[in-house]
Amino acid sequence: MKKIINTVDQVENQMVEGMVKAYPQYLKKLECGNVVVRADKKEGKVALISGGGSGHEPAHGGYVGEGMLDAAVAGAVFTSPTPDQIYEGIKAVATDKGVLMVIKNYTGDVMNFEMAREMAEMEGIKIAQVVTNDDVAVDGSLYTVGRRGVAGTVFIHKIAGALAERGGELEEVRAVAEKVIAGVRTMGMAIRPCTVPAAGVPGFELSEEEMEVGIGIHGEPGTHREALKTADEIVDMLMDKILADLDYSGSEVAVMINGAGATPLMELFIVNNRVFDILAEKGIKVYKTFVGEYMTSLEMEGFSISLLKLDGELKELLDAKADTPAFKA
Amino acid sequence: MNGIEVIEVIRAIGSRIEAEKEFLTELDNVIGDGDHGINMARGFHAVEEKLNGLEDKDIGTILKMVGMTLVSTVGGASGPLYGTAFMKAGMSMAGKTKLEMEGFLSCMDEAIGGVQARGKAKQGEKTMLDAMIPAQQAMRQALSDGKDNRAVLAAGVAAARKGVEYTKTIIATKGRASYVGERSIGHQDPGATSFTDILEVIAQGI
Repeated sequence: MKKIINTVDQVENQMVEGMVKAYPQYLKKLECGNVVVRADKKEGKVALISGGGSGHEPAHGGYVGEGMLDAAVAGAVFTSPTPDQIYEGIKAVATDKGVLMVIKNYTGDVMNFEMAREMAEMEGIKIAQVVTNDDVAVDGSLYTVGRRGVAGTVFIHKIAGALAERGGELEEVRAVAEKVIAGVRTMGMAIRPCTVPAAGVPGFELSEEEMEVGIGIHGEPGTHREALKTADEIVDMLMDKILADLDYSGSEVAVMINGAGATPLMELFIVNNRVFDILAEKGIKVYKTFVGEYMTSLEMEGFSISLLKLDGELKELLDAKADTPAFKA
Repeated sequence: MNGIEVIEVIRAIGSRIEAEKEFLTELDNVIGDGDHGINMARGFHAVEEKLNGLEDKDIGTILKMVGMTLVSTVGGASGPLYGTAFMKAGMSMAGKTKLEMEGFLSCMDEAIGGVQARGKAKQGEKTMLDAMIPAQQAMRQALSDGKDNRAVLAAGVAAARKGVEYTKTIIATKGRASYVGERSIGHQDPGATSFTDILEVIAQGI
Protein backbone atom coordinates (compact mmCIF):
# COMPACT_ATOMS: atom_id res chain seq x y z
CA MET A 1 0.00 0.00 0.00
CA LYS A 2 1.32 3.41 -0.95
CA LYS A 3 -0.50 6.42 0.53
CA ILE A 4 0.28 9.91 1.73
CA ILE A 5 -0.73 9.40 5.32
CA ASN A 6 0.89 9.46 8.75
CA THR A 7 -0.57 6.58 10.67
CA VAL A 8 -3.56 4.50 9.65
CA ASP A 9 -5.48 5.25 12.84
CA GLN A 10 -5.15 9.01 12.38
CA VAL A 11 -6.38 9.17 8.78
CA GLU A 12 -9.97 10.28 9.47
CA ASN A 13 -9.08 12.60 12.30
CA GLN A 14 -6.31 14.41 10.42
CA MET A 15 -8.46 14.66 7.29
CA VAL A 16 -11.24 16.38 9.24
CA GLU A 17 -8.79 18.66 11.06
CA GLY A 18 -7.21 19.61 7.76
CA MET A 19 -10.57 20.33 6.17
CA VAL A 20 -11.64 22.57 9.03
CA LYS A 21 -8.30 24.40 9.00
CA ALA A 22 -8.73 24.99 5.28
CA TYR A 23 -12.25 26.40 5.59
CA PRO A 24 -12.62 28.08 8.99
CA GLN A 25 -15.06 30.56 7.46
CA TYR A 26 -17.44 27.65 6.78
CA LEU A 27 -16.66 24.90 9.25
CA LYS A 28 -15.92 24.03 12.80
CA LYS A 29 -15.29 20.65 14.36
CA LEU A 30 -17.03 19.46 17.50
CA GLU A 31 -14.80 18.45 20.42
CA CYS A 32 -16.42 15.02 20.66
CA GLY A 33 -15.07 13.63 17.41
CA ASN A 34 -15.21 13.89 13.66
CA VAL A 35 -18.37 15.93 13.47
CA VAL A 36 -18.27 19.07 11.36
CA VAL A 37 -20.88 21.84 11.72
CA ARG A 38 -21.32 25.29 10.25
CA ALA A 39 -18.94 27.85 11.72
CA ASP A 40 -22.00 29.93 12.69
CA LYS A 41 -25.09 28.06 13.69
CA LYS A 42 -28.17 29.34 11.93
CA GLU A 43 -31.28 29.37 14.11
CA GLY A 44 -34.84 29.30 12.84
CA LYS A 45 -34.28 26.78 10.06
CA VAL A 46 -34.64 23.04 9.69
CA ALA A 47 -31.17 21.60 10.27
CA LEU A 48 -29.84 19.09 7.74
CA ILE A 49 -27.42 16.45 8.92
CA SER A 50 -25.75 13.81 6.82
CA GLY A 51 -22.67 11.70 6.99
CA GLY A 52 -21.25 8.28 6.48
CA GLY A 53 -17.88 6.67 6.30
CA SER A 54 -14.83 8.75 5.44
CA GLY A 55 -13.11 8.31 2.09
CA HIS A 56 -15.84 10.07 0.06
CA GLU A 57 -14.38 13.57 0.28
CA PRO A 58 -15.55 16.20 -0.34
CA ALA A 59 -18.67 14.38 0.93
CA HIS A 60 -19.99 15.13 3.39
CA GLY A 61 -18.06 17.78 5.29
CA GLY A 62 -17.48 19.76 2.10
CA TYR A 63 -21.22 20.34 1.77
CA VAL A 64 -21.64 21.98 5.15
CA GLY A 65 -22.53 25.63 4.71
CA GLU A 66 -25.19 28.03 3.54
CA GLY A 67 -27.88 26.40 1.44
CA MET A 68 -26.80 22.83 2.09
CA LEU A 69 -25.92 20.90 5.26
CA ASP A 70 -25.72 22.07 8.85
CA ALA A 71 -23.68 19.10 10.06
CA ALA A 72 -21.74 16.19 8.63
CA VAL A 73 -20.57 13.21 10.64
CA ALA A 74 -17.55 11.24 9.45
CA GLY A 75 -17.01 7.63 10.46
CA ALA A 76 -13.92 5.53 9.85
CA VAL A 77 -13.08 5.01 6.18
CA PHE A 78 -16.12 3.45 4.49
CA THR A 79 -17.68 2.70 7.87
CA SER A 80 -20.78 4.39 9.17
CA PRO A 81 -20.25 6.78 12.06
CA THR A 82 -21.50 5.64 15.44
CA PRO A 83 -24.83 6.69 17.02
CA ASP A 84 -23.22 8.77 19.77
CA GLN A 85 -21.28 10.84 17.20
CA ILE A 86 -24.36 11.35 15.03
CA TYR A 87 -26.32 12.31 18.13
CA GLU A 88 -23.71 14.93 19.08
CA GLY A 89 -24.08 16.37 15.59
CA ILE A 90 -27.86 16.44 15.88
CA LYS A 91 -27.71 18.17 19.28
CA ALA A 92 -25.26 20.78 18.01
CA VAL A 93 -27.43 21.90 15.09
CA ALA A 94 -31.00 21.14 16.24
CA THR A 95 -33.43 24.04 16.17
CA ASP A 96 -37.09 24.42 17.08
CA LYS A 97 -37.95 23.74 13.46
CA GLY A 98 -36.42 20.29 13.63
CA VAL A 99 -33.71 18.18 12.08
CA LEU A 100 -33.69 16.18 8.86
CA MET A 101 -31.21 13.31 8.58
CA VAL A 102 -30.09 12.43 5.05
CA ILE A 103 -28.93 8.82 5.15
CA LYS A 104 -27.45 6.80 2.32
CA ASN A 105 -29.06 3.40 2.11
CA TYR A 106 -26.61 1.02 3.70
CA THR A 107 -27.45 -1.38 6.48
CA GLY A 108 -24.89 0.11 8.85
CA ASP A 109 -25.67 3.75 8.09
CA VAL A 110 -29.40 3.23 8.53
CA MET A 111 -28.94 1.38 11.84
CA ASN A 112 -26.52 3.91 13.33
CA PHE A 113 -28.54 6.94 12.23
CA GLU A 114 -31.75 5.36 13.52
CA MET A 115 -30.16 4.68 16.90
CA ALA A 116 -29.06 8.33 17.01
CA ARG A 117 -32.57 9.38 16.04
CA GLU A 118 -34.01 7.37 18.93
CA MET A 119 -31.58 9.14 21.28
CA ALA A 120 -32.62 12.54 19.89
CA GLU A 121 -36.32 11.75 20.19
CA MET A 122 -35.80 10.86 23.84
CA GLU A 123 -34.42 14.38 24.28
CA GLY A 124 -37.50 15.86 22.66
CA ILE A 125 -35.76 16.88 19.42
CA LYS A 126 -38.09 17.02 16.43
CA ILE A 127 -36.43 14.82 13.84
CA ALA A 128 -37.19 13.13 10.52
CA GLN A 129 -35.15 11.19 8.00
CA VAL A 130 -34.84 10.34 4.34
CA VAL A 131 -32.85 7.47 2.90
CA THR A 132 -31.22 7.95 -0.50
CA ASN A 133 -31.08 5.02 -2.90
CA ASP A 134 -30.15 6.25 -6.35
CA ASP A 135 -27.94 3.39 -7.52
CA VAL A 136 -29.64 1.48 -10.34
CA ALA A 137 -26.88 -1.14 -10.46
CA VAL A 138 -28.44 -2.87 -7.50
CA ASP A 139 -31.88 -4.36 -7.88
CA GLY A 140 -34.32 -3.03 -5.39
CA SER A 141 -35.64 -6.56 -5.15
CA LEU A 142 -36.47 -8.83 -2.26
CA TYR A 143 -32.94 -10.12 -2.41
CA THR A 144 -31.18 -6.96 -1.38
CA VAL A 145 -31.57 -4.37 1.32
CA GLY A 146 -32.59 -2.06 -1.50
CA ARG A 147 -30.56 0.21 -3.64
CA ARG A 148 -27.48 1.99 -2.40
CA GLY A 149 -27.28 5.70 -1.87
CA VAL A 150 -24.44 7.07 -3.98
CA ALA A 151 -23.49 10.33 -5.74
CA GLY A 152 -27.11 11.41 -6.31
CA THR A 153 -27.19 12.13 -2.57
CA VAL A 154 -25.43 15.45 -3.29
CA PHE A 155 -28.56 16.62 -5.15
CA ILE A 156 -30.59 15.92 -2.01
CA HIS A 157 -28.14 17.99 0.04
CA LYS A 158 -28.41 20.82 -2.46
CA ILE A 159 -32.15 20.92 -3.02
CA ALA A 160 -33.45 20.05 0.45
CA GLY A 161 -30.75 22.35 1.83
CA ALA A 162 -32.02 25.24 -0.27
CA LEU A 163 -35.58 24.81 0.95
CA ALA A 164 -34.44 24.54 4.57
CA GLU A 165 -32.35 27.70 4.17
CA ARG A 166 -35.33 29.73 3.01
CA GLY A 167 -37.39 28.63 5.98
CA GLY A 168 -39.23 25.52 4.80
CA GLU A 169 -40.90 23.45 7.49
CA LEU A 170 -39.55 20.01 8.40
CA GLU A 171 -42.33 18.21 6.56
CA GLU A 172 -41.81 20.34 3.43
CA VAL A 173 -38.05 19.82 3.45
CA ARG A 174 -38.53 16.10 3.90
CA ALA A 175 -41.06 16.01 1.06
CA VAL A 176 -38.79 17.82 -1.38
CA ALA A 177 -35.92 15.48 -0.42
CA GLU A 178 -38.21 12.53 -1.20
CA LYS A 179 -39.07 14.11 -4.53
CA VAL A 180 -35.38 14.31 -5.43
CA ILE A 181 -34.86 10.72 -4.29
CA ALA A 182 -37.74 9.65 -6.53
CA GLY A 183 -36.24 11.45 -9.51
CA VAL A 184 -32.53 10.69 -9.31
CA ARG A 185 -30.75 7.63 -10.67
CA THR A 186 -27.04 6.80 -10.73
CA MET A 187 -24.80 4.10 -12.10
CA GLY A 188 -21.04 3.74 -11.84
CA MET A 189 -18.07 1.67 -12.92
CA ALA A 190 -14.37 1.41 -12.12
CA ILE A 191 -11.19 0.42 -13.87
CA ARG A 192 -9.01 0.40 -10.75
CA PRO A 193 -9.97 -0.40 -7.16
CA CYS A 194 -9.10 1.48 -4.00
CA THR A 195 -7.37 0.44 -0.81
CA VAL A 196 -8.86 1.14 2.61
CA PRO A 197 -5.86 2.33 4.68
CA ALA A 198 -6.60 0.01 7.59
CA ALA A 199 -7.01 -2.98 5.27
CA GLY A 200 -3.83 -2.32 3.30
CA VAL A 201 -4.98 -4.27 0.25
CA PRO A 202 -7.44 -3.32 -2.51
CA GLY A 203 -11.10 -4.28 -2.15
CA PHE A 204 -10.91 -6.27 -5.39
CA GLU A 205 -8.48 -6.84 -8.20
CA LEU A 206 -8.79 -6.08 -11.89
CA SER A 207 -6.45 -6.91 -14.73
CA GLU A 208 -5.42 -4.21 -17.21
CA GLU A 209 -8.09 -5.47 -19.62
CA GLU A 210 -10.98 -5.59 -17.17
CA MET A 211 -13.53 -3.23 -15.65
CA GLU A 212 -15.94 -3.61 -12.78
CA VAL A 213 -19.49 -2.47 -13.57
CA GLY A 214 -22.17 -1.44 -11.11
CA ILE A 215 -19.66 -0.34 -8.55
CA GLY A 216 -20.66 1.22 -5.25
CA ILE A 217 -18.72 3.87 -3.39
CA HIS A 218 -16.96 1.70 -0.81
CA GLY A 219 -14.39 -0.15 -2.85
CA GLU A 220 -16.69 -3.15 -2.80
CA PRO A 221 -17.02 -5.22 -5.95
CA GLY A 222 -19.71 -4.21 -8.43
CA THR A 223 -22.45 -6.33 -9.91
CA HIS A 224 -20.25 -7.85 -12.61
CA ARG A 225 -16.92 -7.71 -14.36
CA GLU A 226 -16.25 -7.53 -18.06
CA ALA A 227 -13.66 -6.64 -20.67
CA LEU A 228 -12.78 -2.95 -20.77
CA LYS A 229 -14.54 -1.04 -23.56
CA THR A 230 -14.32 2.45 -25.01
CA ALA A 231 -15.68 5.42 -23.06
CA ASP A 232 -18.68 5.72 -25.39
CA GLU A 233 -19.53 2.04 -25.07
CA ILE A 234 -19.27 2.23 -21.28
CA VAL A 235 -21.49 5.33 -21.17
CA ASP A 236 -24.04 3.66 -23.46
CA MET A 237 -24.23 0.69 -21.14
CA LEU A 238 -24.64 2.79 -17.97
CA MET A 239 -27.13 5.15 -19.60
CA ASP A 240 -29.22 2.23 -20.90
CA LYS A 241 -29.62 1.01 -17.37
CA ILE A 242 -30.46 4.46 -15.97
CA LEU A 243 -32.92 5.37 -18.72
CA ALA A 244 -34.62 1.99 -18.49
CA ASP A 245 -35.20 2.55 -14.80
CA LEU A 246 -37.00 5.87 -14.90
CA ASP A 247 -38.91 7.54 -17.69
CA TYR A 248 -37.07 10.79 -18.38
CA SER A 249 -38.68 11.42 -21.77
CA GLY A 250 -39.71 14.99 -22.36
CA SER A 251 -38.26 16.19 -19.08
CA GLU A 252 -35.37 18.42 -18.16
CA VAL A 253 -32.53 16.93 -16.16
CA ALA A 254 -29.51 17.81 -14.09
CA VAL A 255 -26.48 15.65 -14.91
CA MET A 256 -23.69 14.76 -12.54
CA ILE A 257 -20.54 13.08 -13.82
CA ASN A 258 -18.80 12.13 -10.62
CA GLY A 259 -15.16 11.10 -10.49
CA ALA A 260 -14.39 8.22 -8.13
CA GLY A 261 -11.17 9.84 -6.85
CA ALA A 262 -8.40 9.15 -9.35
CA THR A 263 -10.13 9.74 -12.65
CA PRO A 264 -8.73 12.60 -14.74
CA LEU A 265 -11.16 15.39 -15.54
CA MET A 266 -10.25 14.79 -19.15
CA GLU A 267 -11.91 11.39 -18.99
CA LEU A 268 -14.92 12.74 -17.09
CA PHE A 269 -15.48 15.29 -19.88
CA ILE A 270 -15.17 12.53 -22.49
CA VAL A 271 -17.91 10.74 -20.56
CA ASN A 272 -20.07 13.84 -20.42
CA ASN A 273 -19.64 14.40 -24.12
CA ARG A 274 -21.40 11.12 -24.80
CA VAL A 275 -23.98 11.53 -22.03
CA PHE A 276 -25.08 14.87 -23.48
CA ASP A 277 -25.41 13.43 -26.98
CA ILE A 278 -27.46 10.47 -25.82
CA LEU A 279 -29.82 12.77 -23.93
CA ALA A 280 -30.12 15.12 -26.92
CA GLU A 281 -30.95 12.17 -29.15
CA LYS A 282 -33.74 11.15 -26.79
CA GLY A 283 -35.15 14.65 -26.51
CA ILE A 284 -34.13 15.01 -22.87
CA LYS A 285 -33.00 18.54 -22.16
CA VAL A 286 -29.95 19.11 -19.98
CA TYR A 287 -30.69 21.99 -17.60
CA LYS A 288 -27.44 21.90 -15.69
CA THR A 289 -24.33 19.72 -15.66
CA PHE A 290 -21.89 19.04 -12.84
CA VAL A 291 -18.56 17.40 -13.70
CA GLY A 292 -16.03 16.73 -10.98
CA GLU A 293 -15.44 14.93 -7.72
CA TYR A 294 -18.54 15.03 -5.54
CA MET A 295 -18.65 11.62 -3.86
CA THR A 296 -15.36 9.80 -4.18
CA SER A 297 -14.11 6.37 -3.17
CA LEU A 298 -10.54 7.14 -2.09
CA GLU A 299 -8.24 6.62 -5.08
CA MET A 300 -10.62 4.50 -7.09
CA GLU A 301 -10.43 5.11 -10.81
CA GLY A 302 -13.87 5.22 -12.30
CA PHE A 303 -16.96 7.38 -12.44
CA SER A 304 -20.69 7.46 -12.03
CA ILE A 305 -23.43 9.17 -13.99
CA SER A 306 -26.40 10.65 -12.12
CA LEU A 307 -29.52 11.98 -13.78
CA LEU A 308 -32.03 14.04 -11.84
CA LYS A 309 -35.45 14.71 -13.30
CA LEU A 310 -36.39 18.33 -12.70
CA ASP A 311 -39.55 20.35 -12.42
CA GLY A 312 -40.01 24.05 -11.76
CA GLU A 313 -39.61 23.72 -8.01
CA LEU A 314 -36.48 21.57 -8.22
CA LYS A 315 -34.89 23.84 -10.84
CA GLU A 316 -35.38 26.84 -8.64
CA LEU A 317 -33.96 25.12 -5.58
CA LEU A 318 -31.04 23.73 -7.58
CA ASP A 319 -30.21 27.28 -8.67
CA ALA A 320 -30.65 28.81 -5.21
CA LYS A 321 -27.60 30.16 -3.45
CA ALA A 322 -25.23 27.62 -1.93
CA ASP A 323 -21.94 28.57 -0.35
CA THR A 324 -20.00 25.61 0.99
CA PRO A 325 -16.38 24.48 0.61
CA ALA A 326 -17.18 22.00 -2.17
CA PHE A 327 -20.33 23.32 -3.79
CA LYS A 328 -21.25 26.84 -4.75
CA ALA A 329 -24.27 28.07 -6.64
CA MET B 1 -19.13 -17.88 36.39
CA ASN B 2 -18.73 -14.68 38.37
CA GLY B 3 -18.06 -11.14 37.19
CA ILE B 4 -14.29 -11.51 37.24
CA GLU B 5 -14.50 -14.65 35.13
CA VAL B 6 -16.87 -12.93 32.69
CA ILE B 7 -14.32 -10.13 32.33
CA GLU B 8 -11.61 -12.70 31.64
CA VAL B 9 -13.73 -14.27 28.90
CA ILE B 10 -14.38 -10.84 27.36
CA ARG B 11 -10.64 -10.13 27.33
CA ALA B 12 -10.09 -13.51 25.67
CA ILE B 13 -12.73 -12.62 23.06
CA GLY B 14 -10.81 -9.42 22.36
CA SER B 15 -7.55 -11.33 21.83
CA ARG B 16 -9.30 -13.80 19.54
CA ILE B 17 -10.85 -11.02 17.43
CA GLU B 18 -7.45 -9.36 17.20
CA ALA B 19 -5.93 -12.66 16.05
CA GLU B 20 -8.70 -13.18 13.48
CA LYS B 21 -8.76 -9.53 12.37
CA GLU B 22 -7.13 -10.08 9.00
CA PHE B 23 -9.03 -13.24 8.20
CA LEU B 24 -12.39 -11.60 9.00
CA THR B 25 -11.45 -8.60 6.89
CA GLU B 26 -10.44 -10.86 4.03
CA LEU B 27 -13.81 -12.62 4.18
CA ASP B 28 -15.56 -9.26 4.15
CA ASN B 29 -13.46 -8.06 1.23
CA VAL B 30 -14.88 -10.77 -1.00
CA ILE B 31 -18.56 -10.01 -0.46
CA GLY B 32 -18.74 -6.84 1.58
CA ASP B 33 -16.60 -3.81 2.09
CA GLY B 34 -13.62 -5.34 3.82
CA ASP B 35 -13.76 -3.80 7.26
CA HIS B 36 -15.35 -6.35 9.58
CA GLY B 37 -12.18 -7.52 11.31
CA ILE B 38 -10.73 -4.01 11.54
CA ASN B 39 -13.91 -2.57 13.06
CA MET B 40 -14.44 -5.39 15.53
CA ALA B 41 -10.82 -5.22 16.67
CA ARG B 42 -11.11 -1.47 17.20
CA GLY B 43 -14.24 -2.03 19.30
CA PHE B 44 -12.74 -4.74 21.49
CA HIS B 45 -9.61 -2.65 22.07
CA ALA B 46 -11.87 0.05 23.47
CA VAL B 47 -13.73 -2.55 25.55
CA GLU B 48 -10.43 -3.84 26.93
CA GLU B 49 -9.57 -0.38 28.22
CA LYS B 50 -12.90 -0.03 29.99
CA LEU B 51 -12.86 -3.42 31.73
CA ASN B 52 -10.47 -2.29 34.44
CA GLY B 53 -12.37 -1.29 37.53
CA LEU B 54 -15.48 -3.29 36.67
CA GLU B 55 -14.40 -6.35 38.68
CA ASP B 56 -16.84 -5.65 41.49
CA LYS B 57 -19.78 -4.81 39.22
CA ASP B 58 -22.67 -7.14 38.46
CA ILE B 59 -22.60 -9.09 35.21
CA GLY B 60 -25.42 -7.05 33.71
CA THR B 61 -23.38 -3.86 34.13
CA ILE B 62 -20.30 -5.47 32.59
CA LEU B 63 -22.18 -6.75 29.53
CA LYS B 64 -24.01 -3.44 29.05
CA MET B 65 -20.68 -1.61 29.13
CA VAL B 66 -19.36 -3.97 26.45
CA GLY B 67 -22.44 -3.33 24.31
CA MET B 68 -22.36 0.44 24.67
CA THR B 69 -18.64 0.56 23.92
CA LEU B 70 -19.09 -1.53 20.78
CA VAL B 71 -21.95 0.69 19.60
CA SER B 72 -19.84 3.80 20.05
CA THR B 73 -16.59 2.51 18.55
CA VAL B 74 -17.24 -0.15 15.91
CA GLY B 75 -19.49 1.69 13.46
CA GLY B 76 -20.77 0.01 10.31
CA ALA B 77 -23.41 -2.64 10.77
CA SER B 78 -21.43 -4.73 13.24
CA GLY B 79 -21.40 -1.96 15.86
CA PRO B 80 -25.15 -1.64 16.31
CA LEU B 81 -25.63 -5.41 15.95
CA TYR B 82 -22.98 -6.71 18.35
CA GLY B 83 -23.58 -3.69 20.58
CA THR B 84 -27.29 -4.43 20.75
CA ALA B 85 -26.57 -8.13 21.36
CA PHE B 86 -24.37 -7.39 24.38
CA MET B 87 -26.67 -4.67 25.73
CA LYS B 88 -29.70 -6.96 25.53
CA ALA B 89 -27.73 -9.76 27.19
CA GLY B 90 -26.70 -7.27 29.86
CA MET B 91 -30.29 -6.26 30.51
CA SER B 92 -31.27 -9.88 31.10
CA MET B 93 -28.42 -10.17 33.63
CA ALA B 94 -29.15 -6.90 35.44
CA GLY B 95 -28.07 -7.06 39.08
CA LYS B 96 -26.84 -10.66 38.85
CA THR B 97 -23.41 -11.69 40.05
CA LYS B 98 -23.44 -15.32 38.90
CA LEU B 99 -23.88 -16.53 35.33
CA GLU B 100 -25.20 -20.10 35.00
CA MET B 101 -25.97 -21.99 31.79
CA GLU B 102 -29.68 -21.14 31.93
CA GLY B 103 -28.79 -17.47 32.34
CA PHE B 104 -26.35 -17.67 29.43
CA LEU B 105 -29.03 -19.14 27.19
CA SER B 106 -31.40 -16.33 28.21
CA CYS B 107 -28.66 -13.87 27.26
CA MET B 108 -28.44 -15.57 23.87
CA ASP B 109 -32.23 -15.36 23.40
CA GLU B 110 -32.14 -11.65 24.15
CA ALA B 111 -29.11 -11.12 21.93
CA ILE B 112 -30.73 -12.92 18.99
CA GLY B 113 -33.95 -10.96 19.46
CA GLY B 114 -31.98 -7.72 19.56
CA VAL B 115 -30.03 -8.53 16.40
CA GLN B 116 -33.20 -9.52 14.54
CA ALA B 117 -34.98 -6.33 15.52
CA ARG B 118 -32.06 -3.96 14.89
CA GLY B 119 -31.00 -5.63 11.63
CA LYS B 120 -34.55 -6.40 10.44
CA ALA B 121 -33.18 -9.82 9.54
CA LYS B 122 -34.08 -13.45 9.92
CA GLN B 123 -32.35 -16.79 9.49
CA GLY B 124 -31.28 -17.77 5.96
CA GLU B 125 -30.15 -14.32 4.80
CA LYS B 126 -26.41 -14.97 5.18
CA THR B 127 -25.89 -13.05 8.38
CA MET B 128 -24.60 -13.72 11.89
CA LEU B 129 -28.05 -15.07 12.70
CA ASP B 130 -27.26 -18.16 10.62
CA ALA B 131 -24.69 -19.11 13.24
CA MET B 132 -26.44 -17.68 16.31
CA ILE B 133 -29.84 -19.33 15.92
CA PRO B 134 -28.65 -22.91 15.22
CA ALA B 135 -26.10 -22.60 18.03
CA GLN B 136 -28.82 -21.49 20.42
CA GLN B 137 -31.15 -24.31 19.36
CA ALA B 138 -28.39 -26.90 19.75
CA MET B 139 -27.48 -25.60 23.21
CA ARG B 140 -31.10 -25.63 24.38
CA GLN B 141 -31.46 -29.18 23.07
CA ALA B 142 -28.23 -30.34 24.74
CA LEU B 143 -29.27 -28.76 28.04
CA SER B 144 -32.67 -30.43 28.00
CA ASP B 145 -30.93 -33.73 27.18
CA GLY B 146 -29.18 -33.32 30.50
CA LYS B 147 -25.69 -32.61 29.09
CA ASP B 148 -23.11 -30.81 31.21
CA ASN B 149 -22.07 -27.23 30.50
CA ARG B 150 -19.02 -28.21 28.53
CA ALA B 151 -21.07 -30.50 26.25
CA VAL B 152 -23.81 -27.88 25.86
CA LEU B 153 -21.33 -25.27 24.66
CA ALA B 154 -19.56 -27.81 22.45
CA ALA B 155 -22.89 -28.54 20.79
CA GLY B 156 -23.39 -24.80 20.28
CA VAL B 157 -19.98 -24.34 18.72
CA ALA B 158 -20.50 -27.31 16.40
CA ALA B 159 -23.87 -25.91 15.26
CA ALA B 160 -22.42 -22.43 14.78
CA ARG B 161 -19.61 -23.85 12.63
CA LYS B 162 -22.19 -25.71 10.57
CA GLY B 163 -24.10 -22.46 10.27
CA VAL B 164 -21.00 -20.74 8.91
CA GLU B 165 -20.65 -23.54 6.33
CA TYR B 166 -24.32 -23.08 5.45
CA THR B 167 -23.74 -19.38 4.75
CA LYS B 168 -21.43 -20.44 1.90
CA THR B 169 -24.39 -22.01 0.10
CA ILE B 170 -26.81 -19.09 0.16
CA ILE B 171 -27.17 -15.65 -1.39
CA ALA B 172 -26.78 -12.69 0.90
CA THR B 173 -29.97 -10.65 1.13
CA LYS B 174 -28.94 -8.33 3.95
CA GLY B 175 -26.10 -5.90 4.35
CA ARG B 176 -23.62 -4.83 1.72
CA ALA B 177 -23.03 -8.45 0.71
CA SER B 178 -26.51 -8.41 -0.85
CA TYR B 179 -25.27 -6.12 -3.61
CA VAL B 180 -22.99 -8.76 -5.13
CA GLY B 181 -26.01 -11.04 -5.51
CA GLU B 182 -25.19 -14.55 -6.68
CA ARG B 183 -21.51 -13.82 -6.42
CA SER B 184 -21.88 -14.13 -2.66
CA ILE B 185 -22.45 -17.88 -3.03
CA GLY B 186 -19.39 -19.92 -2.09
CA HIS B 187 -18.22 -17.42 0.50
CA GLN B 188 -18.87 -17.62 4.21
CA ASP B 189 -20.43 -14.73 6.07
CA PRO B 190 -17.95 -12.68 8.12
CA GLY B 191 -20.51 -11.91 10.86
CA ALA B 192 -21.45 -15.57 11.29
CA THR B 193 -17.73 -16.32 11.44
CA SER B 194 -16.94 -13.74 14.11
CA PHE B 195 -19.90 -14.92 16.20
CA THR B 196 -18.55 -18.48 16.00
CA ASP B 197 -15.13 -17.23 17.10
CA ILE B 198 -16.74 -15.55 20.10
CA LEU B 199 -18.75 -18.65 21.05
CA GLU B 200 -15.59 -20.78 20.81
CA VAL B 201 -13.84 -18.49 23.28
CA ILE B 202 -16.80 -18.67 25.65
CA ALA B 203 -16.78 -22.48 25.39
CA GLN B 204 -13.06 -22.55 26.19
CA GLY B 205 -13.66 -20.31 29.19
CA ILE B 206 -16.09 -22.74 30.84
